[in-house]
Amino acid sequence: MKQIMEIDRLNLHYGEFHALKEMKLDIPERTITAFIGPSGCGKSTFLRTLNRMNDLVPGVRIDGSVKLDGQDIYGADTEVETLRKRVGMVFQQPNPFPKSIFDNVAYGPRLHGIRDKARLNEIVERSLRGASLWEEVKDLLNKSALSLSGGQQQRLCIARALAVEPDVLLMDEATSALDPLSTLKIEELVRELKQDYTIVMVTHNMHQAARVSDRTVFFLNGELVEADETEKLFSTPVDARTEDYITGRFG
Amino acid sequence: MKATIEPSTRSSEGANPAAPTPGEAVSQPMNVSSNQSTGGKPSGNKPVARKRSRSGNEWFGKTYTMICVSVLIITIFSIVYFVASKGLATFFVNGVSLKEFLTGVKWAPDGEPQTFGALPFITGSFMTSILAACISAPLAFCAAIFMTELMPKFGKTVMQPVIELLAGIPSVVYGFVGLSVIVPFLRSVFPGQGLGIAAGAIVLSIMILPTITTIATDAMSNLPRGLKEGSYALGATRWQTISRSILPAVLPAMLTGVVLGIARAFGEALAVQMVIGNAPHIPNSLFESASTLTSVITLSMGNTIMGTVQNNVLWSLALMLLTMTFVFIFIVRVLERRSLR
Ligand SMILES: Nc1ncnc2c1ncn2[C@@H]1O[C@H](COP(=O)(O)OP(=O)(O)O)[C@@H](O)[C@H]1O
Ligand SMILES: [Mg+2]
Repeated sequence: MKQIMEIDRLNLHYGEFHALKEMKLDIPERTITAFIGPSGCGKSTFLRTLNRMNDLVPGVRIDGSVKLDGQDIYGADTEVETLRKRVGMVFQQPNPFPKSIFDNVAYGPRLHGIRDKARLNEIVERSLRGASLWEEVKDLLNKSALSLSGGQQQRLCIARALAVEPDVLLMDEATSALDPLSTLKIEELVRELKQDYTIVMVTHNMHQAARVSDRTVFFLNGELVEADETEKLFSTPVDARTEDYITGRFG
Repeated sequence: MKATIEPSTRSSEGANPAAPTPGEAVSQPMNVSSNQSTGGKPSGNKPVARKRSRSGNEWFGKTYTMICVSVLIITIFSIVYFVASKGLATFFVNGVSLKEFLTGVKWAPDGEPQTFGALPFITGSFMTSILAACISAPLAFCAAIFMTELMPKFGKTVMQPVIELLAGIPSVVYGFVGLSVIVPFLRSVFPGQGLGIAAGAIVLSIMILPTITTIATDAMSNLPRGLKEGSYALGATRWQTISRSILPAVLPAMLTGVVLGIARAFGEALAVQMVIGNAPHIPNSLFESASTLTSVITLSMGNTIMGTVQNNVLWSLALMLLTMTFVFIFIVRVLERRSLR
């Protein structure tokens, strides 16, 4: 299987604090990779190095290599806007713009220069269908996105990310602010999205990782402890710390 | 949104004693009293003597705040009543027609026949203050972007204090600088004497800059973090994020700031009077001598005798100012309520 992202010897410092230590990970194309680990262990930080969102944090120092399709995303010839177009992100708190549903989804395509109304209509419909939201909102496209429920807002954020046709979709605890039913819907959606996208998700919930993902990565105190196929990692973990964690002995 | 408005109201109060509304003046002491009564309540298992002195304290606090509130309310209503009775006397006692007052363009209180057309002052006031807001709003927006987005550290330690300093400069200084720098500059660049609406608006735009900037900065730093991140994560550049995400989101608050700024500009007298030229007619250009409601009041009040029509008509102008201030405050309230939803 082709590895779409390859991370090697990645270190990240917040000022003096060594948040990510010597990390190495390959992410295969069109799979779901889940990050688990106790809170504060660096899952979000790691995820955010994959689309360079950490660049926005003052005092961050990153070294090592992160490659997308063989090209170093921290290299001089990578434009961060192009990278983020290819590696989309969905956040923990649904964060739709205070605009109409249509304008939320069209925001990305417009950024990248698409003005044609018919083309935008088509992209918006395709993205909303992709996020299983079309049937619910097709008559409300001009209503404010803030009038949607939390689960709908989160699916809108997924649609918004899909609208720029990314290759990789990063999701940082995208269901932790949602009710169980909305969570289930999004999990279902994620499994469908796997057909066309590579998905990397952080989850606060081991069961979710076990339910949804193909591969699972366990983090602890800024270290990447173990990465393996989900079934293997949960049934026969190699590292004792992984076993302690998945059997609920801490965290 | 509430938090956005409060600090800026504070700063505009410092600069403009006319700004505090009756509503604000009342609500502050009331907060104090409610704090005290809740502070006094949890006294369940205290000895009885302590309890009595506590309720004595509470009684004192309550009475004290009630007295303060009454004084404030009485003062405010007396001022309004005084201005209104004097100002309305022009029309009801002296028989000046309201229509002539509002639409007449000739101001000759001592002429033969006397005419009291206040339209030149009304237009002068509106033009200077709205023009000032038009100059100031984009500057304030850029200053706020600079302080929150581009260089937050420098913004907080250097820019913010400097802009707040602007609010503390006395208006006579603004007028003086305007007269010595802006007026000669305008005279040399544009036809005319330099004195006029343009000069007044430029001076006012600097004076109201702190009000609008503070409100815009507060609104920007209170934006949810996710808003910016969401935009960047879609591949937006910083400028795209500012123009497509931040600007629309802070626009309602900016509008509040602009209205407050206009209100402040509308009521400013001294600085405007020094640079506007004080000719009592509607000017043909922005660089021609004109007048505002405030400038004509300050200029004429020393030359009139209490009780005469010449004096009363100045009170009518004052009543007009007061009414406009209420209207501005009303607009701000409506804007606030709308953005709360
Ligand atoms: N902006 C930041 N500045 C400094 N330290 C940070 C910052 N963000 C996260 N950290 C620290 O880095 C560590 C990892 O955080 P994070 O990646 O958010 O963990 P997780 O997502 O696994 O809960 C934590 O100890 C946290 O305190
Ligand atoms: Mg996290």
